[in-house]
Amino acid sequence: MAVLTYREAIRAALSEELTRDENVVLLGEEVAQFHGAYKVSDGLLEKFGPKRIVDTPISEAGFIGMGVGASMLGIRPVMELMFWSFYSVAFDQILNNAANVRYMSGGLINCPIVIRGPANGGTNVGATHSHTPENVLANHPGIKVVVPATARDAKGLLKSAIRDNDPVMFLENTILYGEKGEVPDTEELIPLGLADVKREGTDLTIVTYGRSVLHSLVAADILEKEHDVSVEVVDLRTIRPLDIDTVLASVKKTHRVLIVEEQKPFASVGSQLAFMIQKEAFDELDGPIHRLATIDAPAIYSPPVEVEQLPNPQRVLKAALAAVA
Amino acid sequence: MSKKAASTIETKDDAVPACGASAQAPVNANLPKEAKVELYRKMVRIRRFEERSLRAYQAKKIGGFLHLYIGQEAVAVGCCSLMGANDHVITAYRDHGHAMAVGMDTKPLMAELYGKVTGCSKGKGGSMHYFAPSLNYWGGHGIVGGQIPLGTGLAYALKYKGLKGAAMAFMGDGAVNQGAVHEAYNLAALWNLPVIFVVENNGYSMGTSQDRSSAGPGLAQRAEAYGMNWGTCFGHDVYEVRATMDKFLTLAREQCKPAVVEIDTYRYRGHSVADPDNTYRTKEQIEEYRRTKDPIQVFQNILMKDGVLTDALVEQIDTEAKAEADLAADFAEASPYPTPDDIQRDVYWESDNPDQRASKGRLFFE
Repeated sequence: MAVLTYREAIRAALSEELTRDENVVLLGEEVAQFHGAYKVSDGLLEKFGPKRIVDTPISEAGFIGMGVGASMLGIRPVMELMFWSFYSVAFDQILNNAANVRYMSGGLINCPIVIRGPANGGTNVGATHSHTPENVLANHPGIKVVVPATARDAKGLLKSAIRDNDPVMFLENTILYGEKGEVPDTEELIPLGLADVKREGTDLTIVTYGRSVLHSLVAADILEKEHDVSVEVVDLRTIRPLDIDTVLASVKKTHRVLIVEEQKPFASVGSQLAFMIQKEAFDELDGPIHRLATIDAPAIYSPPVEVEQLPNPQRVLKAALAAVA
Repeated sequence: MSKKAASTIETKDDAVPACGASAQAPVNANLPKEAKVELYRKMVRIRRFEERSLRAYQAKKIGGFLHLYIGQEAVAVGCCSLMGANDHVITAYRDHGHAMAVGMDTKPLMAELYGKVTGCSKGKGGSMHYFAPSLNYWGGHGIVGGQIPLGTGLAYALKYKGLKGAAMAFMGDGAVNQGAVHEAYNLAALWNLPVIFVVENNGYSMGTSQDRSSAGPGLAQRAEAYGMNWGTCFGHDVYEVRATMDKFLTLAREQCKPAVVEIDTYRYRGHSVADPDNTYRTKEQIEEYRRTKDPIQVFQNILMKDGVLTDALVEQIDTEAKAEADLAADFAEASPYPTPDDIQRDVYWESDNPDQRASKGRLFFE
């Protein structure tokens, strides 16, 4: 297996799919000549040319909507949002048009678009640039939502997303772009909607996704070594469709649950998970479901304090100890 | 960008041209007699369909909003009559006229209003959301201006695929102040996309007149800011609509030149049928338009004068159009509603095609 950064893995997925299907096109702000605001698309312009790798103006509603329209005619646009935080200015195009056009046409129209870019806090860019909208997106039937945590998952899931006939929202993470991981040398398609047990354990299930998976794994090692608590870490990888079965199987094993999410807590992905776990595995639970979320306020700028607002290994550790107490 | 580059096509002066003045334009002069009759028939069919749907609404057969196209028929019919195999149409929520203009059958259109499963969107879209991709008709969109980036995307796809065609993205005069419209203008001009932005200016964005909502000298003229071609024409004369649009469509298809075309028109009914229409314009104003510029009457006069239409044929077309609308209403009435099981169909391609599904996990939640 090759060792790639998360960034390189996404680039590899784009490159392979651009090569495979001439209807795939990458559009977004600074994706071509600038090589991507986060260098994800570095080298793609040189490889595929300006028809396939397209710089857009700063005009998210315009270019996302254009991508939705193009997808209705069979183009498979991959639209890069420099930050998912900018989805708010394209909200109507994503959640009225992409999400609804199949339904409102009685199934006559498909919208095979991928919208991708980073959605995370932790980079001291303040409240406007730190949104994590996976819960908002997943609240819209018609939309699929993917949040990969590792290089391997990012590559395999993005390839599946591009081939998917439904609109897929792909949420990356600026802090993960430099994280390295093993990626198979042969082509791998990871199906959307399949969770991955990143660490096996017997005392506590941590259900998580995105960068919080990494924090949870660090905390799990400390819990094992210093507190004799065996933690199973379930990485959802996809929010919608949701692999609740893998979560429930783990709950049946450990009987205790901590949800960790880089999300504001109100009506979050974790809220939905907690509802489903209590509904479908009530008798398996030995205690209430615990949750660790982002501290409920707009993202603070102050660098050392932002670390404390988000999930981090120490906060996960503390929450896990409370969950098994 | 200089003004010279902005407008390669002359725009009209303020004088109302004699109706039928565009009859000699090749796109009209070369029309066979049957095609002229067909243009007339389509306008009459739209009007009778709309009148019948209004009655159904008043009889509480139809829910939600109903935005009637009565008075604007020559715009959709004129524009859509120019469509070739690779030309596409998208519009906003006043979408019945365009649907019929591209050739949709009235039965599923009426059934959609009734919320029946035989409707063109299986009762899932309603009045504002008609679609017929097989006829290059991409809706039917409910949010003012929201469809304009999509129409730009249709043009992008045509150009990407190397197809010689154009997209017509229709909007009302209220939409021109939406940001998404301007973003689409910029993209179309920046990338030379074959799209015509058609502003159907009926004078009122809901109940707010153009004077009270839009700054600047004119709506189409805003294209100059983007270095785009623009033009205006009167929308009560189907020949003029065709002659004007033909020029811009040709430029789009042949040279990938986008344009904004503002077509002056008028609606006889309120913004929607829920609008009592008694606060922002006078009955006399409506009557005056009806009397002097009704698009059906105007075209009837032209064709009668030319000997294309006769009293008998006019009568026959009208009788048939009324019968067609009644038949559509009967069909709608007799059709079943969708079932609660249908609510979760047509949400995802994958859930509708389970044998080809690649993803795992739950797509729907309780």
